[in-house]
Amino acid sequence: MKFNSETFALITALFIAALLAFFGSLAGNDALFRAHALVLCLVLSGTLIYVLRIVKFEPAGASAPAPDTSGYMDGVVRYGVIATLFWGIAGFLVGVIIAAQLSWPELNIEPYLNFGRLRPVHTSAVIFAFGGNALIATSFYVVQRTCRARLFGGDLAWFVFWGYQLFIVMAATGYLLGVTQSREYAEPEWYVDLWLTIVWVAYLIVFLGTLVKRKEPHIYVANWFYLSFIVTVAMLHIVNNLAIPVSLVGAKSYSAFAGVQDALTQWWYGHNAVGFFLTAGFLGMMYYFVPKQAQRPIYSYRLSIVHFWSLIFLYIWAGPHHLHYTALPDWAQTLGMVFSIMLWMPSWGGMINGLMTLSGAWDKLRTDPVLRMMVLALAFYGMSTFEGPVMAIKSVNSLSHYTDWTIGHVHSGALGWNGMITFAAMYYLVPKLWNRERLYSLRLVNWHLWLATIGIVVYAAVMWVAGVTQGLMWREYDDQGFLVNSFIETVTAIHPEYVMRMCGGLLYLSGALVMVYNIYKTIRGEQREELPVGGTTQATIPAE
Amino acid sequence: MTTYETLRHAADSWGLIYLTVLFVGIVLFTFRPGSKDYAARIAQIPFKEDDTHDKK
Repeated sequence: MKFNSETFALITALFIAALLAFFGSLAGNDALFRAHALVLCLVLSGTLIYVLRIVKFEPAGASAPAPDTSGYMDGVVRYGVIATLFWGIAGFLVGVIIAAQLSWPELNIEPYLNFGRLRPVHTSAVIFAFGGNALIATSFYVVQRTCRARLFGGDLAWFVFWGYQLFIVMAATGYLLGVTQSREYAEPEWYVDLWLTIVWVAYLIVFLGTLVKRKEPHIYVANWFYLSFIVTVAMLHIVNNLAIPVSLVGAKSYSAFAGVQDALTQWWYGHNAVGFFLTAGFLGMMYYFVPKQAQRPIYSYRLSIVHFWSLIFLYIWAGPHHLHYTALPDWAQTLGMVFSIMLWMPSWGGMINGLMTLSGAWDKLRTDPVLRMMVLALAFYGMSTFEGPVMAIKSVNSLSHYTDWTIGHVHSGALGWNGMITFAAMYYLVPKLWNRERLYSLRLVNWHLWLATIGIVVYAAVMWVAGVTQGLMWREYDDQGFLVNSFIETVTAIHPEYVMRMCGGLLYLSGALVMVYNIYKTIRGEQREELPVGGTTQATIPAE
Repeated sequence: MTTYETLRHAADSWGLIYLTVLFVGIVLFTFRPGSKDYAARIAQIPFKEDDTHDKK
């Protein structure tokens, strides 16, 4: 990095921010805020030292040629790929750890590493760190290719990348310290929320700016999905986190809403985080990478447009199905249920659109494990979007709600759909981004695929068993009208399933480790000597 | 009427009609005559890119 006015501004900003964080760690209103500010101060100081070490202070006039900005901006996408892998492994690992904690409670190490604090670390790491980095990286890659334009805003894309990593670090360290506003998938407190808002607006500017300066007249549908994800997440994040801090130098804040309004706001956010972060954003990936990997255009472009608008019109209403049989008005619960059921149609329309892209090229599945992974992702998308509406039906929900069935459902969607489509996109991207001829090993991709698939199947199946067991035991009455089972009896009954769930998670984690090794070797430019996947056509051998 | 009731009635009458008509309109527009060829052309966009990287 060359020393110029931009690096000077960066160094100054880091210095001032680190200094402010240092004052915060001294003058904070409560111990949690002081501790969290100290963490921020250390992170920023470390970054400052690193920047100072890599900046080259050259005499004036000895200027190197200006960097080439004519092509696409791929440096930030490369960093995004690495961050996706890193946070993926971290998130999966914490998942396995908390699964073990549920099986063997002695593993809860208080106070910092007990289940209550590690669980949001897991959910945020996999959704926002792994998924979020994958979305930012792929959206930057896809928007440039489909608009045939370089990213707008120059180094603003780098601010989005590093700003987002800072958000992740502050969120995760906050959870471990005990800083939480207790809103599901939105646990960070008000000051971390404000930082994410700034980063997200910068992200929107980079993405929109690139769309504006596009050389391609039509905006390709993948970008519609990415844009709806960015805009909707901004709206959800701001409304859900409306809160009054107790003090401007304190960690605690109180929600702007109370009672059932607060609950509905949370699940309006929570379900649309699934709908727009984990569905719309990843569909953006699907609509670009599946056609590219299959080397065929999407089966029906017009179906993709209908898919888009039906998701937009329907998803936002489905949140109340998380609040069946609560104080939420009955009509709102029914509304959430009905819209959830209607979501079957766009979800399956999208799945069929993705799968049928292979029509006429199904033979590629025999030889291309990356494409196989995409098809599996779509299959899991179809399965979990079938299961979701079923669980949103009130009578089914009365059995499934609060049980591990929900956990199983979430993971078949997250591991199967989000995970698999991300892995496939990474396998597509890495050889392109690092100018490698091919991946290190396609056979290892196949290993990853099967380890992950078996892991998901084990996970989902045992969680169904556990969930239905729990649900039936909770509602069991004797002839006197008393509940038959105490809560702890329902817990011990599913202990074997908990252990097996951890094994499913371990399989998924090992698959991801195989991927990291494969990608590491690919980036180094190595190619494994191996037989092609699907075997070679046997040359006819004359009879002896 | 309270604000709640006003908003609720607006949502399940005119609001519902507005969004439904808008959605049906979008679907009809998507399948307008002549859109098939156009859609087939723009579906090719991912294959038009030139793979110029910035070499860093």
